[in-house]
Formats: sequence, C-alpha cells, structure tokens
Amino acid sequence: MAIAVAVIVLAMGSVLFFFVSPWYLTPLASNWGTIDDTIQITLWVTGAVFLAVNLFLAYVIIRYRFSRRRRSQYDPENKSLELWLTGLTTLGIAGLLAPGLVVWASFVSPPEDAHEVEVVGQQWHWSFRLPGEDGRFGAAHNRFIDDRNPFGMVDDPAGHDDILITAPHLLLPVDRPVKMVLRSKDVLHNVKVANFRAKMDMVPGQTSYFWFTPTVLGEYEIVCAQLCGIAHFAMRGRIEVVEQETFDAWLADQPTYAEFAALEPGDPEAGASGYTSCAACHGAEGQGNQDLNAPKLAGLDAWYLERQLELFRSGARGTHEDDTYGIQMRPFATMLPDRQAIADVAAYITTLPDQPLEATLDAGDPERGARRYRTCANCHGQQGEGIRATNGPRLAGMPDWYLRRQLQNFREGVRGRHREDPYGNQMVEMAQVLVDERAVNDVVAYIATLPQPAMTVAVVNAGDGEE
Amino acid sequence: MADHGQHSVPHAQAGEFDNMELVHPRTFLGKYVWSQDAKVIAIQYGITAIAIGLVALVLSILMRLQLGFPNTFSLIDPASYLQYVTMHGMIMVVYLLTALFLGAFGNYLIPLMCGARDMAFPYLNMLSYWFYLAAVLILMASFFVPGGATGAGWTLYPPQAISPGTPGIDGGILLMLASLSVFIAGFTMGGLNYVVTVLQARTRGMTLMRLPLTIWGIFMATVMALLAFPALLVAILMMLCDMLLGTSFFMPEMLNLGEHSIHEGGSPLLYQHLFWFFGHPEVYIVALPAFGIVSDILATHARKNIFGYRMMVWAIIIIAVLSFVVWAHHMFISGMNPYFGFLFATTTLIIAVPTAIKVYNWVLTLWRGNIRMTVPMLFAIGFIFTFVNGGLSGLFLGNVTVDVPLADTYFVVGHFHMVMAVAPVLVVFGAMYHWYPKITGRMLDDTLGKIHFWVTFLGTYAIFYPMHFMGFAGVPRRYYGYGETGYIADSMQALNAFMSVAAIIVALVQLVFFYNLVRSYFRGREAGPNPWQATTLEWQTEHTPPRHGNFGAELPVVYRWAYDYSVPGAKQDYLPQNMAPEEVERTDSTSDTRGRRTS
Repeated sequence: MAIAVAVIVLAMGSVLFFFVSPWYLTPLASNWGTIDDTIQITLWVTGAVFLAVNLFLAYVIIRYRFSRRRRSQYDPENKSLELWLTGLTTLGIAGLLAPGLVVWASFVSPPEDAHEVEVVGQQWHWSFRLPGEDGRFGAAHNRFIDDRNPFGMVDDPAGHDDILITAPHLLLPVDRPVKMVLRSKDVLHNVKVANFRAKMDMVPGQTSYFWFTPTVLGEYEIVCAQLCGIAHFAMRGRIEVVEQETFDAWLADQPTYAEFAALEPGDPEAGASGYTSCAACHGAEGQGNQDLNAPKLAGLDAWYLERQLELFRSGARGTHEDDTYGIQMRPFATMLPDRQAIADVAAYITTLPDQPLEATLDAGDPERGARRYRTCANCHGQQGEGIRATNGPRLAGMPDWYLRRQLQNFREGVRGRHREDPYGNQMVEMAQVLVDERAVNDVVAYIATLPQPAMTVAVVNAGDGEE
Repeated sequence: MADHGQHSVPHAQAGEFDNMELVHPRTFLGKYVWSQDAKVIAIQYGITAIAIGLVALVLSILMRLQLGFPNTFSLIDPASYLQYVTMHGMIMVVYLLTALFLGAFGNYLIPLMCGARDMAFPYLNMLSYWFYLAAVLILMASFFVPGGATGAGWTLYPPQAISPGTPGIDGGILLMLASLSVFIAGFTMGGLNYVVTVLQARTRGMTLMRLPLTIWGIFMATVMALLAFPALLVAILMMLCDMLLGTSFFMPEMLNLGEHSIHEGGSPLLYQHLFWFFGHPEVYIVALPAFGIVSDILATHARKNIFGYRMMVWAIIIIAVLSFVVWAHHMFISGMNPYFGFLFATTTLIIAVPTAIKVYNWVLTLWRGNIRMTVPMLFAIGFIFTFVNGGLSGLFLGNVTVDVPLADTYFVVGHFHMVMAVAPVLVVFGAMYHWYPKITGRMLDDTLGKIHFWVTFLGTYAIFYPMHFMGFAGVPRRYYGYGETGYIADSMQALNAFMSVAAIIVALVQLVFFYNLVRSYFRGREAGPNPWQATTLEWQTEHTPPRHGNFGAELPVVYRWAYDYSVPGAKQDYLPQNMAPEEVERTDSTSDTRGRRTS
C-alpha cells in the first residue's frame, strides 16, 4: 500500500514540481520559438502518459493487493487490448516526431540572407572571424596557425578583409539571421548560448554550422557544451545583440586580417625612453622592488606585458577599490599614449636581463603545491614557462610574494572580474580551485621551485666547471 | 508458439547435455577459485562487479561533494573531477552493469533456467571470468600511474582523450583502452558460451517460446553485445594506433596547447560513430536483462502469468534489432551531416513503441493479480516507475529538434541515470532479494530490505528528477564549477547541495544492504527449495543451493511455459515448468473456469 501511495505522490508531485519550480527554460532570445514549442508538445504528451501509466499502476497495486481469499486471473493474452495500446502509442509517437522533423528541416537550412560568422574554438577560448566587405571568408587551415597568425589564414585575397576578433566577445545585429560556421583549433568544443537554443559541436578538421536570428537586444553568455579538458568549465564568452548601427560601428573598429598582419612589432629602442617612468618602482633592469610592491618584469613575454598595460590603461585592471597596488599602477599605464607605445615598452622589457630570485615566503609546502599546480600547468606550462596559445603567462622566476597576492586577488575577484578582461575572468574561475590560504601558499611555494632560466644557465656552467 | 495450458506435450530436443562430462573439483581452490561451475563463476563475477561498483559509487559521491559544496575540498581539482566523471561512468556501465547482468546473473540463471547441467563450455566460462578480473585490475591500476586515470569522459572522445589539456593522457588512457580490450576478449568467451548454452543445451520440452523472459533478456543482450563490442574494440585499437604509432584515424591536423601535432587528416566523428554503434546497443545490453528479470519477478510475486508473453519476446527481439540503427541520436549536434537527424530521430522514436508495450504489459501483469508485496516486488514496482520516467525523458532527447537545447545539459544526465542506472540497479537489487534464497539457502531480512528499498527508491528520485530542470535551464554537464554564470540561477546551488545530500544518504544505505547480505548468509531464515513458490526450473532443483551439475540424476523435463500461476482448475496456485500434466492436482476435473475457485 505504501508503495501505491508513493507512486501517486511521486507522479503527482513530479508534475506539480514542473509547475511550481523556479527552474525552467531561459528566456528565449532567438527565432527558435519552434524548438520551445516542440519541447512543450513533448512535455504535455509525456506528462499525460506519465500520469496515466503511474496512476493506473497505483490503482492496480491497491485494487489487487494480496488477499488469501482471492486468486489471480489467468489471463495470458488479450490481442485486441494489445493492438489498441500499440496503435495508440504509435500515434502518440508519430505526433511527437512529426513536428520535430518539421522544425529540424528549418534548423538544417540557413536562410539565403543569413550573414556568416565563423566561431573558432580552442582550449579554452573563443575567437571570431567575419567575412569583411566581400562577404566571403578567406581560406584558413590549422596548419598555418602560429603566434602571428592565430586564425591560420592562408594567403588568399578573399581573406585580406576578413575581420578578426581575438577576444571572446562578439556583437550581432538584432533580427538578422546569422549562420555560425564552426571550426576548432584543437579538440571538440560546442558553442552554446542557452537563450538562443541552437548549438553545435565544433570539430577539428572540418566545419559545422547552425543558424539563428537573435531577436532580443541584450548580452548573452557563451559556454562550452562539449567536454574539452581541464578548463572546459571556464571556457566562457559573450555575445551582445545590438542594433544594426551599433554593430556596424563596432565592426568598423575591428582589425582586418591585412591590418592584423601589418602590425609593427614593438621597438625596444623606442621603448627605452618610455620605460624610464617604470624604472622608478620596477627597477632599472626590471628586477622589481618588494618594498614598493613593484613586481619583477624581466623575463615576462611581450604579449603578456602588452595585454596587462592595455588593461591598466583602459581601466579593466587597477580599478577595483581593493586593488591598492593596481590603482597605483594605473596612472603610469595611462601615460603611454597608444598601442605602439605599449608595444615598444613591452619590447624593451624583454631585453632586460632575467635575474634569478630568492624565495621570500616559507609558508607553503612545495610538495603539496605540486599536486595543486597540475591544474595551473595546463595553461602556464609544466615548468611555469608560460604558453601563449592558452594566454597563460610565465610564472617561473616571478616573485612569490607577487604571485601570492595576485592569486588572492583573483580568488576574491579583486583582479580579473572586469568584463573587458576575459582571461582574467577565466583566472578568477581557476583560482577557486585553490580552496584556502594554505592551498595558495603551497602552490606558490611549488612555483618557486620551478627552474628559472638564469639558474638553468648557472647549473649548466657549474656542470661544465667540473669537467 | 507459447503453450499456456497444462496439456502440452514436451518436444523432443536435440543436443541434450544430459551426459555432459563435468569437471568435478577436488580441492578448495578448484571449487572456489579455479571453478568451472557456472554458479561459482557467477558469484565471482558478482562479487568483483560489486566491488568495483563500490569504487564507482565513491567516485560519484566525490563528484557530488564538489557540485554540492564547490571549492570546499582541496582534494578535488578539475583534473580529479573529470577523472571521477570518466571512471564512474565507464565502471558503472561496462564493469558493473554489463558484468553483473551477463556475467553474474547470466551464469547463474542460464543453465538453471534452461535445465542444463552447466554452460556449454565450462572451461572457457572460467577463463572469461579471469579475463574480466584482469580487466578490472588493469582499470584500477590506472588510478595509480603518473597523471592518474583518464579524464576524457566515459565516451573517450578523441582528440581530447589523447591530447594535452585532458587528465591521464599518458598511462591513464592507455590502461583504460587496454582494460577494455581485455574485457571484450573475456566477454566474447562468456558471451559465446551463453548463446550456445541457450540455443543448444535446453532440456527436453524447453522450447524457445517456453523460456522465462529472464533468459530471453539475457540471451538477446548477449547476442547484441557480441555484435556491438567489436565496434568498440576496433575503435580502441585505432585510437591506440593514433596514440602509439602516429597514425591519424581519428586525429586531424590540430594544435596541442599551441604546438602543432603530428597528425593530419583523421576524423574525430569516425570514432563517435564507432563508439555509439557500440554505445547505444550497450544501453539495451544493460536494459534487456533487467526487462527480463523484472518480468519474472512481477509474475512470480503477483501470482499471475506474464501478460502478453509472445509480445514481450518479440518486443525484446525488435528492440535488439532496432537498437543497432539508432546510434547517431547521440550525435545530433556532433557536427555530423545534420540531415542524418531525420533518419535517426525516426528510428529512435520507433523504438519507443516496443519499449512502451513492455511497460504496459508489466502493469497489465499486475492487473487482476494477487500482489504479494515482497521486497523483490517493491523493487520491481520501483523499477517500473523509474523506467517510465526515464523512458519518457528519452522522447525529448531522441526527437532531434528537442534534443538541441537539452543535449550536453543535466537533462541528459538525469535521463540516462533514470533509465539505465537507477532502473536497472533497482532490478539488480530486486533480483538479489529474489534469488538470494536459491543461491545461499537463506532468506534476506525483510525489514532491512524494505529500508534499503525505500531510501534507495526515493533517494535516487530526489537526486535525478531535479536534474531535468537544470537541463531545461541550460546548465551544462561535466562542469567542475559554475562560478558566476549569469543565466544559472543562484537557487541552483541550493538544489545541487540538496541532490548531494540525497546522494550521500543513498550511498550510505547501501551499507544496510551489504550488512543484510552478510548477516543473512549466516543467520537468515532457512529458505527451503522454493520460498516464492515459483514455476521456473531453478526453484525445482534437488538441492538448495544447487550442487555442481544443478539437477539430480535426471534432468528435468519441461511441460509448460514459465508462467502457469493461478491456473484455473489447478489446486496449487503455481505449476512448475517440469510438473507433468498428470501430476497436476485439480480442484475439479471438469472445471475450466478462469481465475475463480470452483470448489
């Protein structure tokens, strides 16, 4: 009897839960209301069957509960009942399938007038390419990808005006159908915006696609919906749906491939003068000064220095009220007038000699930290050498007091929360892996044990001396 | 044709194994370790499967701890989390459920229920178990190699399964692939055995259409497994080549965290096709034995014939065949040619028809029955409820359009746990309460059994039902944490914590079950040969537990189908399959009234 009551309560409760629970589809923001309709149809049909079967089950359990005075009815088959049930089920199934296939037919055929956006997935970032004025994408292939050609563009005239968006932020014009052409640099990914409903895997070695029409202005989060490794959960991006004019203006600001390829690399000689104002705190050789809370700069890669200087300059870093030292840094960054000045300073810093550092903290246990570090290693490298492709800067040889403070800032959202700092956003998520102060100390202690380039040289020399 | 009456004449059966030579063990080792007795092998399979299943259970609790209480446990980093996800899934699907249903229940029940002395090839049968054990040990070893177990997800999709950025790409994935290969080799030995035994070693009178549905389920599942596992084996070997020999079956030209890989031209989708050609039938390899077993539990404990036996058998066969042409519904949004969606959505929804028929027939078996609310019956009813839920949510995911927003969300996790985790596991429990008296000669404790049932049944529903709503809300699966994802409501975290608490409770109550298993072995009530008054042959053995060779001097002769419960005119409310028509005590020799007592 209890089981009959349980079946009734669970069946009714499940249906009731559907009506009262606060959790349901995200607000629709695309043309795929038809997908929601198929969900609705399926919900009603399955809900009715769910109730009918389970309530009948409960009735049977009560009605035919054990009694010594009764015997079961011997009832091997009932052809007409079985046929009826089969027929009705088939009808119900056909009723579900038909609308599904009709909607699918439109899902697989993008409208003629859809504009195209290429989404490129990589561990663990999104980037985008738009076809430019000629409306055609230039050919691209994973084979040609390198630091200066992150999209793997082939030398194809059609590609020169392609617009490259390396940050995971995309704008789309409202009410215009868009065909998303999907490509991956490495493993499988899946570009998903819950509000748009449509999504598709991106597969290396081929392209895939889906289409939708954004219908509601606003900002939407991109998440990755296909397991792509350690930082799958932190592979985020953003699509803003805007009016056509806003979109056009934004697009005009984005670099084309031709412009991207023509960017002048930083000039260290020009950067030397810019560096003079840095030297006051960071030291003439970029060696840093703990008393002034100025970290070591020598040994960092130019791309990382450039990005951070730009973040400081634009206010995406060094504006959080608790980021005392970041706030101090900002005015100096704003003194650099433009992108080229930043690139020059960064280029100059890379010429500074990289001196090994002594550990200043002894709070952490490097052995425990080694296990913590295996998460970090995926983006920052096994030896903390930094990996440009994952946007993970070098950690080895950087001052431990600085690393600890930054990890704490990331964990608390003092650094990296700004909406224009996507890699910082990601680092905020990753820093949560370090659950407490001790974990932070351990991992910093471990990083301090990683080989520093200058030390490596010293060791080699010592080895030579013994010979 | 099923013979429902008691007047049928036994068919003469070719290929009897009555004079089969059995290797009778002389030593302790021969009897319990290197045994060739299917029943001992079954128990070896069972204990090994449950032991590794417990590992997978612990892994699921670790996952739930992270999801329910994120950033609390420093043991669980993203790599560990993915390793738990992967190993939990693979262990539960292949090493627990497949091994338990086919290796344990198959070995124990096929010879007994078919009326055979043993499996057709006892030595091969023994070897099958030792391969399985080796596979399990290799899999466990992968936790201890540098880098740990693989974290590629149980589907082991390349490129990530063998590319940097995924945990366990050195030893972990290698041992996983090795272990699966050994498992498949072992399973093939066992599986051929089960098929040959069912086809060739049935006793006199046991026609195919008199077989209990348990055997039909296990038999068809084994046939499917023999056809499906080779696809997985091929995929594994190709991936091993890609990994070790530098071939590019599945590996296109790509980057490994910024470095160009050595591969070019391979197709990741090819792997997915091969994997799901195995993977989808695998669902039914687990489900069909559960379907069969639950049918027998329902009939026995409701004292009623199974309703629509022939339809049930045909449904099993049709499901088995159709399940080989639905695989790509796992790939609707994989980037394959989207036009495949039309075909695979259609085949997938067609398979719902025979599946629904099975559900109707289970409920109709209870209808007009006389239901004894025993512990096995409770689990069987729990199964029906859970399976109906999981089956219906399958209609969302199988219907290509509806799948698009729900794929790779918690809706999928909720669905497959209902339909192929909780539902079959409820059957496993029901089956253990049902057959334990035959295996040990003692009854399991009823009160402990009911506690176990209620907490497991309600608890699992509390874990998995809410997941469907997370799926509607678009919460992606295989996420270590959600951080501040704008569209995911904060209340979701409370829900996650609730599900985690429920999971811990469900895990803990399994201790009650194990306590019951051990305690009842020594102190349980004596069961006698046929405590449930069941009709099938395993309950008619001379000894309980049955000895090596199963039956006494003579093999039983079968005169009827397996479901002669409450036959009108018969005094006893069940007629064992081997009861000759002339032995049937009648209440009234002229009576043929249906289901009513006439005296």
